[in-house]
Amino acid sequence: MIEKIICTICPIGCEIEVVGDKKNKSVSSLNGYKCNRGKEYSINEFIAPVRTITTTIKISNWKEPLIPVRTDKGVLKDKQMDCMEEINKVEVKPPIKRGDILIENILGLNVNVIATGEAL
Amino acid sequence: MENIDIIIIGGGPSGLAAAKAAISEGANSIVVVERDNSLGGILQQCIHPGFGLSYFKKELTGPEYYGKFTEQLKGEPIKFLLNSMVLNISDDNKVSIVSSEHGFLELKAKSIVLAMGCRERTRSNIRIPGSRPSGIYTAGTAQRLVNRQNLMVGKNVVILGSGDIGMIMARRMTLEGANVVAVVELMDYLAGLNRNKVQCLDDFNIPLYLSHTVTKVIGKDRVEGVYVAKVDKNKVPIKGTEKLYTCDTLLLSVGLIPEIELINNINLEVSKITKGPVVNQYMQTSKNNVFACGNVVHVNDLVDNVSIESEIAGKNAAKYALGKLEDPAKELKVTTGENVRYVCPQKINLDNNNNEEDIKLFFRVLLPMSNVTLRVSVENKIIFEKKALHVGPGEMEFVTIKEKDLKDVTSPIIIEVI
Repeated sequence: MIEKIICTICPIGCEIEVVGDKKNKSVSSLNGYKCNRGKEYSINEFIAPVRTITTTIKISNWKEPLIPVRTDKGVLKDKQMDCMEEINKVEVKPPIKRGDILIENILGLNVNVIATGEAL
Repeated sequence: MENIDIIIIGGGPSGLAAAKAAISEGANSIVVVERDNSLGGILQQCIHPGFGLSYFKKELTGPEYYGKFTEQLKGEPIKFLLNSMVLNISDDNKVSIVSSEHGFLELKAKSIVLAMGCRERTRSNIRIPGSRPSGIYTAGTAQRLVNRQNLMVGKNVVILGSGDIGMIMARRMTLEGANVVAVVELMDYLAGLNRNKVQCLDDFNIPLYLSHTVTKVIGKDRVEGVYVAKVDKNKVPIKGTEKLYTCDTLLLSVGLIPEIELINNINLEVSKITKGPVVNQYMQTSKNNVFACGNVVHVNDLVDNVSIESEIAGKNAAKYALGKLEDPAKELKVTTGENVRYVCPQKINLDNNNNEEDIKLFFRVLLPMSNVTLRVSVENKIIFEKKALHVGPGEMEFVTIKEKDLKDVTSPIIIEVI
């Protein structure tokens, strides 16, 4: 299959055409990249695109109603909404330090949700 | 609070970086005045990643970025006045403050750092016709309500403006369960970063309409829809191209302006283009004891640049307070040439000729261009040149010059992109 990927590594935004097989995680040809970082990006983006999810979690007994969080690794792009649903079920309490794990191994994806804010 | 060296107005990324640098330079007593209930400014609601790549060499979210500064400032001789708002700076350097905790205060310091940031342009600034129902927010206000106050602003959303805040809010609203109907952009190019188009719009199949604008808002109590039309090359809506988009919310991401009403009484020189105070390479304004940094000077796209610039302001405000900064005697102007919209600093103080430090000139181009040369020249001599593959109005560029190249120079420095 062929996919056109806009590179996001730098502001030029090259349009890279990737030919390959997603199921076998193989790429047979690449066209339109201008650097090695772009090459690597387009291969990853073709085979398994991942995103860091950033959102908030409800917090009780604290001066603000929410605490900001993120995933500590990228989550597969099409799992973002499933993760959001799971994150929205959780409520936490202080004390919380930056980097504390608030949800361990979310949906068995081997990714943790960690605090990016503080409630001390 | 006697014998204050520096009063910093604003406890956002700019004020925090200025405070950090002022302490390193030896300032003995600093007061930071912040009107919000906590430090960090806009970064508190910027929960997305993308910060710190150049300053910390690490990708951080907004709260992680300012957290690195607040941690470093713990235990330093800095008094933070929260929930406190500066009402006025008088000509004799009195700073008037109202605060729920301290009441009315009048403080005086040897130097003042303006770090008030910027505010969003609103519907009134861009004059969108139609009725005046609820459901129209600036993107940043919506971001604060959703990310800090746990208040969802709407279910079906149209966003006007393809700047980074607009696109980031498109993703944020989608993740929180809203349906983003469209992102509409007046210009024929994307205002924000490509990365944000891919990760915030394309990932969620949100359509982007370039060369389009909102021509009318309809709805009585609540927004019921907006008309969107194509625009011609003069950005005038083309008759007959209007389409109705049903929605309950309109978010506006249509530009930012420095928030400088506070300086009305001290007569600082202000740039007509940036709308912020004119500064020299020490981030010193036309009033020698007043320094300015961050988005109050010119609207930045990266907080990393704000931190660098604010450290310069903090350092020199400390030097001024400690009597180590001479008043400028000879100042060179920095002017804009081909395809440059503005440059900051706009002046270079040539008093400290022993100063070996590089001077960074930040600037924005007028139009997107590829394969260009960024050139600085003075009196028909090129003093700096570098190539760039791509430049665009949404990305600040910089060039570095050396003060020793400016010896005996009297005419303005010209910066151009060709």
